[in-house]
Amino acid sequence: MAQTNIVLEAKDITKQFPGVLANDGVNFNLRKGEIHALLGENGAGKSTLMNVLYGLHLPDKGEIYVNEKPVLIHSSNDSIALGIGMVHQHFMLIPVFTVAENIMLGDETVRRGMLDQNAVAEKVNQLSKQYGMDVDPLALVGQLPVGVQQRVEIVKTLYRDAQILILDEPTAVLTPQEADDLFRIMRDLTKRGVSIIFITHKLKEVLAIADRITVMRAGRTVGTVSPKDVNPEKLATMMVGREVNLVILKKQANPKEATLVVKDLHVEDDRRYPAVRGVSFEVHAGEVLGIAGVQGNGQTQLAEALTGLRPTQSGQVTLAGKDITGKTPRVITETGLANIPEDRQRHGLVLSYTIADNMVLCNYYRPPFANGVVMQPDQIDANARQLIKDFDVRTPSPFVPASKLSGGNQQKVIVARELSRPIKLLIASQPTRGLDVGSIEYIHSRIIQKRDEGAAVLLVSSELDEIMVLSDRIAVMYRGQIVDIVPAANVSKEYLGLLMAGVKLEDAVKSAPKQEKEIKVERVF
Amino acid sequence: MDWKRFSFIALVIIVLFGAVVMVGQSQQRPILIITSMLATTIAVATPLTLGALSGVFCERSGVVNIGIEGMMLSAAFFGWLAAIYMFHVFGFPIGISITVGALFAVITGGLMGLLLAVLSITFNVDQIIGGTVINILAVGLTGFLNRQLFFGKGSVFGGQVPNSPGVLPTIHIPIREIFAPLCSDSIICIENIRAINRVFDQKPIAMGAVLLVFIAHFILFKTRWGLRTRSVGEHPKAADTVGINVFKMRYANVIIGGCLAGLAGAYFTIESVPSFEPLLTNGRGFISLAAMIFGNWTPIGAWAAALVFGASQALQINMQLFRESIPPQWAFLQQSYVVGLAPYILTMLILTGIIGKTTPPAADGVPYEK
Repeated sequence: MAQTNIVLEAKDITKQFPGVLANDGVNFNLRKGEIHALLGENGAGKSTLMNVLYGLHLPDKGEIYVNEKPVLIHSSNDSIALGIGMVHQHFMLIPVFTVAENIMLGDETVRRGMLDQNAVAEKVNQLSKQYGMDVDPLALVGQLPVGVQQRVEIVKTLYRDAQILILDEPTAVLTPQEADDLFRIMRDLTKRGVSIIFITHKLKEVLAIADRITVMRAGRTVGTVSPKDVNPEKLATMMVGREVNLVILKKQANPKEATLVVKDLHVEDDRRYPAVRGVSFEVHAGEVLGIAGVQGNGQTQLAEALTGLRPTQSGQVTLAGKDITGKTPRVITETGLANIPEDRQRHGLVLSYTIADNMVLCNYYRPPFANGVVMQPDQIDANARQLIKDFDVRTPSPFVPASKLSGGNQQKVIVARELSRPIKLLIASQPTRGLDVGSIEYIHSRIIQKRDEGAAVLLVSSELDEIMVLSDRIAVMYRGQIVDIVPAANVSKEYLGLLMAGVKLEDAVKSAPKQEKEIKVERVF
Repeated sequence: MDWKRFSFIALVIIVLFGAVVMVGQSQQRPILIITSMLATTIAVATPLTLGALSGVFCERSGVVNIGIEGMMLSAAFFGWLAAIYMFHVFGFPIGISITVGALFAVITGGLMGLLLAVLSITFNVDQIIGGTVINILAVGLTGFLNRQLFFGKGSVFGGQVPNSPGVLPTIHIPIREIFAPLCSDSIICIENIRAINRVFDQKPIAMGAVLLVFIAHFILFKTRWGLRTRSVGEHPKAADTVGINVFKMRYANVIIGGCLAGLAGAYFTIESVPSFEPLLTNGRGFISLAAMIFGNWTPIGAWAAALVFGASQALQINMQLFRESIPPQWAFLQQSYVVGLAPYILTMLILTGIIGKTTPPAADGVPYEK
């Protein structure tokens, strides 16, 4: 017992959902004080396994051992009693409650019939001091930044004396700085004997922090490795089951005439403050123009204005020689726009519609999908089957509601719908946010393919890596204006970072002449 | 509840009271008019207050209850029926008969709550439909039974509606006994104290309703039960992950809500008047909902809003008294239905949201699926 130090072991876990075998004989174990990463694509069965361990699902088959004793976990109460705590990807916090109320919920401290918030606050303060996690127990959770909310979740599990911590995709919602802070906390926790299961699909993080890595694919465990023995390519291959191109190969762009011309565009945000303030640029056929920038600098409003979803205050937008300023989305779409919106669930899909119906959202009213006012289900069905095949959408049938698909497959449905039409311009906003390696690779290659076919592509992304990999030219937005447009081939990440802070190179030189030599512009590729 | 809302409520009540004082001051001293208005306001606000509390409990736990109206109506009927049976058929004394009647009303409300819970929590029926089912069921059931039992051929009471044993008595709060001696025989002073006393002399359900407002506030915001109730109404999954049984919490709260609506029903036939007529609740269940929304799903806020509606009803009642002294240019106020519109206009005004937006519990109306 002492030699192995295994605090949690799952043996041969099988869990069947209608239509999906989510876990198929999964084996997994966790040692005391280690960070064990569970890596896998969306839909590989990671979350199912964790929900089984946390008592949210009952396995059809298999055994669970905690501290080498067989246990039955029927509900979250059982797992909490066994010292297992889980931080869910979507936080299980109530925004209108205080931190203390959230932490005590389900395990309340009561004095004379009344909730004793002060006693809880005291214990929370003590815990946060002990583990170096700064949280104010009396703050309202809804007013806290995401990173702090996550800390509240961790404290919530420690409050219940959790010795085994499950973190489900904890970095998906964090900024890089917040993620670093989380990693520091995770290391602190393991030093104090807490064992952590870290679920993710981000390779770099795994290699940076994990002690061991278990990779899952299609409901099975592929293997458990040490980070010393692997590299990102090998992990990606284990995850996806084939070779993955982490570096995209693309030919030299061959730009032709200007497809999209934007002149002095002004757009307001929801609160009617100017969000885009006099932006002008062109996107040529056969090139990718990347719009980089820290989120909230007007990129979202720009994309919405160009796609007709948001009114413009002034300025002119021309698509393929046609003035589309202030036109409806349908007119713009028919002129030749494809749009991959930023929020795929709210603006890209009708979640309760079937995949087949989602795939004809832009042209359902035209033959062959409609004959006058009558829909043609056979055509819609045939179209869906073809696109599912062409774009590799993983779904049991075309008649599944879009809400039942994983994020990557949802995005593929959108990409299939938008890119299967003859288009002149593609506007892709955050096209791979929250997706796994395989889906990212696929969507990137599709975007480049469209460019090579002669479409103009406007890529809006806050992932600098993505911008640099895909773009031929990069426009950086800062406070509603374009600071500069630079060719992607000879710009450094550092210089882009400066532009994103609103500093143009000449300005930088002027404002800090002595540092001139330290600013180098290098080739990235 | 923010200051804006409370000041709006205060303003409306002052305007309503002021209108009656202006019309009636030629006949009565203002303090007497105001105390009489206040007493009426509190009394007629009773079913609205209880109805709104019913809504607060249901919706705080995540179940929309638009069936308050139907719960009230059926409780009013069955409470009244129980009182009649106890008195006429089983021969119990008046006091026991009407107490049992009130109890039956509460139980009826609770059962209607259970029905809503079964429909909306167990069977995931759309909660608006579930509430509508209760409203329609109540109208049909009470109308049918009322006819069959009392008016039909061979009905129990032979086609004669028996007299109900009566209504709950007013409870006297001894204010004048304590303060009158301080007046040193000033007639006006004694009259004033008597008038003030009348505000506090209310019937048991009216008093109970005010008490329940504060009890409900305490339960919802100070106790474990309240924290859990609010958690299942805000984010049931979060509650589930910390081991709270969402279904049980929702069931319990919807049944509590039903009981409160039942008590509101008892007000009509056990406390206010000793008789039943079809549709006697007359939309008060829906006005309760408006009060609950305007009160931002808090017991005290809902009570304040219920008082506004009570005041507009008191206006209607008191305007009748002073009909003769309404100045000719305001002659339209003599038409009772003009004044009678006030509560409904207020409802619409409040629900448009011009007095600021309210926020329902995040999972209000959303069935929880594990």
